[in-house]
Amino acid sequence: MKKIKRHFKEFKSQATLQLMVIPGLVFMFVFSYIPIYGLLIAFKRYTVLDTFSTAEWVGLDNFRIILSDPIFWTSVRNTLGISFIKLMIGFTVPIILAIMIYEIANGKFKKTVQTITYLPHFLSWIILGGMLISWLSTNGLLNQILSILKISYKRPNWLLDPNKYWMIAVLSDIWKSSGWGTILYLASMARIDPSLYEAARIDGANRMKQIRYITLPGISRIISLNFILAISGILGSNLDQTLVLMNSQNRAKAEVISSYVYKMGVVQGDFSYATAVGLGTSVISLILLIFGNRLTKKLNDNESVF
Amino acid sequence: MKMKRKRLDDNLVFSLVNAGILILFTIIIAVPIWNVVVSSFASSQSLARGDFIFLPEEFTLNNYRTVFKDESILRAFFISVLKTFVGIFAHVFFTAFFAYPLSKHYLKGRKVYSAIGIGTMFFSGGMVPTYLLIKNLGLLDSFWVYIIPTMFTYYASIILMNFFRDIPDSFEESAMLDGASHWQIFTRIYLPLSKPALATIAMWHAVYQWNDFFAAKLYISDKKLYPLQMKLYEIIVESQNIKDFSPGAVMTTTKGVQLATIVVTALPIVIIYPLFQRYFISGAMKGGVKQ
Repeated sequence: MKKIKRHFKEFKSQATLQLMVIPGLVFMFVFSYIPIYGLLIAFKRYTVLDTFSTAEWVGLDNFRIILSDPIFWTSVRNTLGISFIKLMIGFTVPIILAIMIYEIANGKFKKTVQTITYLPHFLSWIILGGMLISWLSTNGLLNQILSILKISYKRPNWLLDPNKYWMIAVLSDIWKSSGWGTILYLASMARIDPSLYEAARIDGANRMKQIRYITLPGISRIISLNFILAISGILGSNLDQTLVLMNSQNRAKAEVISSYVYKMGVVQGDFSYATAVGLGTSVISLILLIFGNRLTKKLNDNESVF
Repeated sequence: MKMKRKRLDDNLVFSLVNAGILILFTIIIAVPIWNVVVSSFASSQSLARGDFIFLPEEFTLNNYRTVFKDESILRAFFISVLKTFVGIFAHVFFTAFFAYPLSKHYLKGRKVYSAIGIGTMFFSGGMVPTYLLIKNLGLLDSFWVYIIPTMFTYYASIILMNFFRDIPDSFEESAMLDGASHWQIFTRIYLPLSKPALATIAMWHAVYQWNDFFAAKLYISDKKLYPLQMKLYEIIVESQNIKDFSPGAVMTTTKGVQLATIVVTALPIVIIYPLFQRYFISGAMKGGVKQ
């Protein structure tokens, strides 16, 4: 009892500070925790006509319907396909790029390379989408380059070919994010002890060997961290990119899970169904995150990243 | 002597190959951007032929004239500027206001508060429950839907908390002795001393506000409230669909006008980003290290 009183007294003595906490707490309650509670509509039948409380409970019905929805499976296939190719080529590009930038001795050259390669990160997908539509159009940059290099004179509109869409989605994403993706690697390289390189040089190790035995081990932790995040993000899809690059010709290869959730939930007003798709995807992503963490733990001699 | 010479050569070859590949990579990033910029100045005939990479044959300012005469584009530009500035102030102040008490190690209940905060970083209700919340709050078709839901992120407040913690306790103690309140200490000592950290989260939020189109796509149907990104989205997607699927339909904008709108939309970011590059980078690194 005495203890509680003392706690209360201390609490009261910091009244101003406690008051300052309240707006933030209210904000998080309203904008984060209410929507989390709102996930319950995945187990209800909630459409535009209902309110949250009047909507009828339907248990796992929505999830059952999802499993037999062919468009849902199309979106899963596209999401996995794009994520998988992205993981295969996109994951290593920032690592290689970071090592190469780290190896530059000239400060000005380094700064220029960084400034230019970081730039696309700051352009929105709408801007980049508009640019891509221009580059990939019949009389756009890509066809122009291909005809100058005498590779092809056909001049197709690349975005209208569904079979090219996955590649366009992946390559444009790599183009946009690889430069900025080097930042964390460069930050952890900056923390490598320089005397290691000096010792290696004295022992006669060339620069490839220094990269292999000093730089790479120095950033291995951040590589595993990013790898786990990439694995858990495999069901995540780039909604902005999809919304701007998708058209009725390439839709069958472009529709991804998030754009499907958007279409079902916001455009068509089937709130419960769209929420169920979103919730199911998040749960699987969480499982993948835990699985990925276990996997790296095994690979890194029981040292987990989280 | 010979050994040393060979090693020097190896070193030089490595440096040259390294620089060569990096230059190539930089060109792959820069040339397409350059191409879009010069294309926005190209005449419609040049664009239709599509026979240039670096410089078009005929230059014109007509595309920009059309853009700057279009009232809906100018309006959207104004909305974007407004929501960026108001958004920055609301976000920075609100986030700092929460970070200040949380940075005090003696704050009662601090562990509970940060657990609540961390929870928001790992779990979210997702698109549809958030949409329903915004709808129930009456924020659909309101300018404030750009500002209020983005006023606070726990992630940004962590960065500020860490910065506030590095300010020596003696500042607070001596101000307290002089009879200053926490509010005064916060506004007169902590905020002025934290300019670099405040600039970092302000810059992040500026880029977010300027680039975001999804809030408008989800919550706004009144075209008068469209920001520039949403206007651009509309122009681009509309033109794609008209061009591709109904050859007879009249396009409302030409390709040149679309390109000029792209350049106008990207320009503020392209100008501001190099000036504040160090804030972006230090912010990203701080966040990363904390992960």
